[in-house]
Amino acid sequence: MASYIARRLVAVLGVLWAMTLLIFGIVHLLPGNVAYMILGEYATADAIATLEARLGLNDPIYVQYWRWFTGLLGGDFGQSLVMDRPAGPLIAEALGRSAILAGISIVLVAIIGIALGIHSAVHKGTLSDRLLTLLQYFFIAVPEFFWCILLILFFAAWLGWLPATGYTPLAEGGLVGWGVHLILPVFTLVSGLIAHVSRLTRSSMLETLDSGYVLAARARGVPERLVLRRHALPNALLPTVTVLAVDVGILIGGIVVVETVFAYPGLGRLLIFAIENHDVPLLMAGMMVVTTVYAVANLVADILYAFLNPRIRYGRAAA
Amino acid sequence: MSGAVAVRRRAIPGALVWGGIIVGAIALLAVLGPWIVPYDPDAFSVRNRLQPPSGTFWFGTDEFGRDVFSRVLAGAHYSLAMGFGATALSLAFGIPLGLIAAFDRGWLSEAIMRAVDVLISVPPILLGLLVLAVTEPALWKTVVAVGLVYVPIMTRIVRAVGLGLLAEDFVQAARARGESAAWILAVDILPNAWPPIIVETALRITFAILLGSALSFLGLGAQPPASEWGLMIAESRPFIEQAPWIGLAPGLCLCILLIAVNLLGEGLRELLDPRLRGRG
Repeated sequence: MASYIARRLVAVLGVLWAMTLLIFGIVHLLPGNVAYMILGEYATADAIATLEARLGLNDPIYVQYWRWFTGLLGGDFGQSLVMDRPAGPLIAEALGRSAILAGISIVLVAIIGIALGIHSAVHKGTLSDRLLTLLQYFFIAVPEFFWCILLILFFAAWLGWLPATGYTPLAEGGLVGWGVHLILPVFTLVSGLIAHVSRLTRSSMLETLDSGYVLAARARGVPERLVLRRHALPNALLPTVTVLAVDVGILIGGIVVVETVFAYPGLGRLLIFAIENHDVPLLMAGMMVVTTVYAVANLVADILYAFLNPRIRYGRAAA
Repeated sequence: MSGAVAVRRRAIPGALVWGGIIVGAIALLAVLGPWIVPYDPDAFSVRNRLQPPSGTFWFGTDEFGRDVFSRVLAGAHYSLAMGFGATALSLAFGIPLGLIAAFDRGWLSEAIMRAVDVLISVPPILLGLLVLAVTEPALWKTVVAVGLVYVPIMTRIVRAVGLGLLAEDFVQAARARGESAAWILAVDILPNAWPPIIVETALRITFAILLGSALSFLGLGAQPPASEWGLMIAESRPFIEQAPWIGLAPGLCLCILLIAVNLLGEGLRELLDPRLRGRG
């Protein structure tokens, strides 16, 4: 188990290092001059030269990369050009707000998605199972950005129950003022993912219920509740753990869209802000942070999977 | 149970039929679009600004007096092009890379799979954002970006399929006969690898349409005055209370297209994936 975790950790570090090359490479090697890109087409030669000197763009490319890379290692994420502040604190602040959205969402997705999936599998073919299947089709197919529009239209514009956009810090607005700004973004984020998770839980649960050991447990006269809880569920949930990690990637995409539409000041909106304003250092640092979060989420899922799966836990199928 | 399975095995899944019909209809409308639009989709008409849906303007008009129905119709081909174009691109790169990775036992396969590991560790939208952030946005770049996002996933799937087939007797026989690697890949592996690849492709198209329209919505895809549906929804936001039809019309069309493509994919899976047969 320990050697499995160590190997996964090394792999993640390798991937992150490769990501620094990829991000740096795409930004600096694609056709287009960085200083020109930042300043726009009306920039004077003087202004471009000044900015290039400030960003150290005249140094050889490997020197620039090394400076950025060692900076990242030492916790220096560079300087935001537009806001003229260190990118690190900006990103940390936004990351905290996004983490609230993502944290609430992933917990809701796990609980509701798994519960609905189990319900559908156990009550296969009944009216509620068919209704859930139909709803799942629908919810998977509605794009997040369209959900945002529908929710704003319905709950903010027509009913006037919830604020359409914005964010109030907990200290300012209290629990209610803070919470009401979270409801619509969280609802948007979880709707498609719950459908996704519940569908996969349903099919893996059905597969498990079909298996020999569940049949054996039933034949021994083990009560049905116990069969589900002890024998079927732990095995059925294994694929769900992996799916939840994949869903973190979808969630990150959703957060970029949702924060932009709901004007929620998180990391997704910061990235779009950086792109729109050609704030290259902020963009690179933000991308690196998001990738790290995703890599860590996948690492946690792998470890959890290994922990739940006795075949890996006892080191037999560790490869 | 076994009787029901036997019947279902021959029947074409209903999901496939319905998905096919709807996708076909949308594709037909997209092709015929330029000839059947009632109004010029880009023509301003100050007198007819923000008209609600009516007999004259079926889906109403937008803030420039442009007919929303005509714009939705003229914009259908963007979503289709993004979905099918990006997926075709991911196939064009993913199939050869995956086959090489399955067949080769040396550094080449190692290099491909390590690159795939890295690219798969980036959240999909981020890879798209990264490519689009540093260049001027344009629709073809979105298609390329979305296609590239799915190359590593396709490579992995093709490799897994290829590895499975390599262990089969007929491939071993071809190797024993001394056939070249290229011959084995083209004649023995590829024709037998199609079913799982087709299933994956069909399901991938939904994601490609979703990702492409999301990028357009964020301003990193089709540019105004194009009537790409994601872009239309983004542009409708300031008028959401006053004239909700501007965003609702393209949004609902996008949902219908996504549901239909999804049905098509599920139907194909039911038809081609033997593991799913007989399971509800």
